[in-house]
Amino acid sequence: MSFDMTVADATSPPKSMARLFGLGVFVLLVLFAVLVPMFWPLDIAKQDYSAILSSPSDAHPLGTDHLGRDMLARLASAVRLSLGLALVSVVTAAIPGVLLGILAAWKGGVVDKLLGLLTEMFLALPGLLLVLLIVAVFPGSFLALYGAVALVLWIEYFRMTRALSRTVLASPAVAATRLLGFGPLYVIRRHLLPELLPVLLTIAAFGAASAIMAIAALSFVSVGVKPPTAELGLMITELLPYFSEQPFVIAAPILVIFLIILSLMLIAGGRKP
Amino acid sequence: MTRLLTFRLMQAVMVAVLVGALTFLLMSLLPGDAAYRIAAGRYGYDMVNSAAADAVRAELNLDGPVLSRFAAWIGDLLTLDLGHSLVSGEPVLAVVAHELGGSIRLAVGAVLLSFIIGPALGIMAGLRPGGLLDRGLLLVSTAIRAIPHFVLGVLLVLVFAVTWRLLPSAGYGTFAHSILPTLTLALGLSAVSSRVARDATVGVASSAFYAFGRLKGLSGFSVFVRHGLRNIGVPVVTYLGVQLVYLIEGVVVVETLFAWPGIGHGLVHAVFHRDVPMVQGTALAMGLLFVLLNTFVDLANHLIDPRRRDA
Repeated sequence: MSFDMTVADATSPPKSMARLFGLGVFVLLVLFAVLVPMFWPLDIAKQDYSAILSSPSDAHPLGTDHLGRDMLARLASAVRLSLGLALVSVVTAAIPGVLLGILAAWKGGVVDKLLGLLTEMFLALPGLLLVLLIVAVFPGSFLALYGAVALVLWIEYFRMTRALSRTVLASPAVAATRLLGFGPLYVIRRHLLPELLPVLLTIAAFGAASAIMAIAALSFVSVGVKPPTAELGLMITELLPYFSEQPFVIAAPILVIFLIILSLMLIAGGRKP
Repeated sequence: MTRLLTFRLMQAVMVAVLVGALTFLLMSLLPGDAAYRIAAGRYGYDMVNSAAADAVRAELNLDGPVLSRFAAWIGDLLTLDLGHSLVSGEPVLAVVAHELGGSIRLAVGAVLLSFIIGPALGIMAGLRPGGLLDRGLLLVSTAIRAIPHFVLGVLLVLVFAVTWRLLPSAGYGTFAHSILPTLTLALGLSAVSSRVARDATVGVASSAFYAFGRLKGLSGFSVFVRHGLRNIGVPVVTYLGVQLVYLIEGVVVVETLFAWPGIGHGLVHAVFHRDVPMVQGTALAMGLLFVLLNTFVDLANHLIDPRRRDA
């Protein structure tokens, strides 16, 4: 999973507008995923044989797919799955990544060298390849899918945290604080975290986007999430043969995945650190 | 230089061990008796009996302790003894070598095409920052970056193959077959390289040495060629290194979408059919290709930017 953004820095006014726009789209997507099941509690696997590939109607506001399943319910479920898996794997990756990053910067020496070597080992393989291999070992398992994604994502947190922590910990302010007798936890809380948080947010947004793309890509080539689960990549594969009959139906998951990635990229704002 | 190559060599060994460990785990978790499966791979499914399976078991020490089996597995891998496909019975090495050709053709085509599209547009935009081209390019490249490569491929198929019927939607053989998969990968790569080239151009064009080149009487064109191009080339090539991940991952998805006979397609099929030796062979080839391409990028940087040679 690679992210190499080069939109200039996030502080200039037009960029913060873009960030706000991204946040707005993202909130709408979350609301869509959360609210639709409350007001439209239709089973995502239930087939309506009288409406196969139907256009939007009162019974099916976003139409139906090739098996007569309601697209509104399926889309909401797919967005919930994507955002949920992304959230869980981003948080899972952040915890060891940040803690080990601080540890490496604090201890230096052998600990730092060993952790550096460990990350080099992970970086030798493209992320998607590692996820694909792990998913191959445990086919159809959500736990393996999210675990594998987290295993790829933690590296970015580690590298960024380590680099930033080294600069902050070497600063005179930290030296003065230490001399005044404050402990490591105080230094981390008062000096390190305020510097780290904005960067971590950016990494988290990029990480979430790459997690969602990876899961969708694997499901698209039929080695990720299995049917009848509603997943954006899987839906695009399933609906591709029916484009000529009902173009609207495949346009929906394509538009949704575009909006998810775009909003996350705009929230992350700016160049990959 | 030597340090760099040693580092990449170490990475290559890591790839082999990591791929070997995961496929060993995959092999151990497969249901059924591995001895029968390997015997079937060797002699054909109709020729397997318990005597053949027992012979295989004894020969490969399949009842032995896990560690010694794992050591033997990694040993086979490091000597490139990759075995036979569990599905087709063909030797893995031959199949992978064949597929590698297809993937390399696709990847090289995509990188070359992206070099024509991306940096050219980026440089033109960067020479007039804030202009119409610059703003348009920002919009388009942001949009393309927000489209996963498989969706980009699907969109191209729907437009050029399904709606306009100009190009074949999938397959391999003629030049026409290679256009859409190459374009899918190249567009994704150009979305980034155009921005990198644009930012680098803005930086170079506003620098003091560039202004001095103009002041000493060089024409706009020759100051660009003599002082601009090489400085713009460095970040573009460096970013190509970052984008190799995108390229390798794209190959997996794009080859599968377009039924392009390469290692990405082979890997996905092997995973789908749980064909462990093929999974190992294709993943190994892909991981090693990644390391090799990274090495090439290092070397290219070395050639373009003499300032790095001391490092």
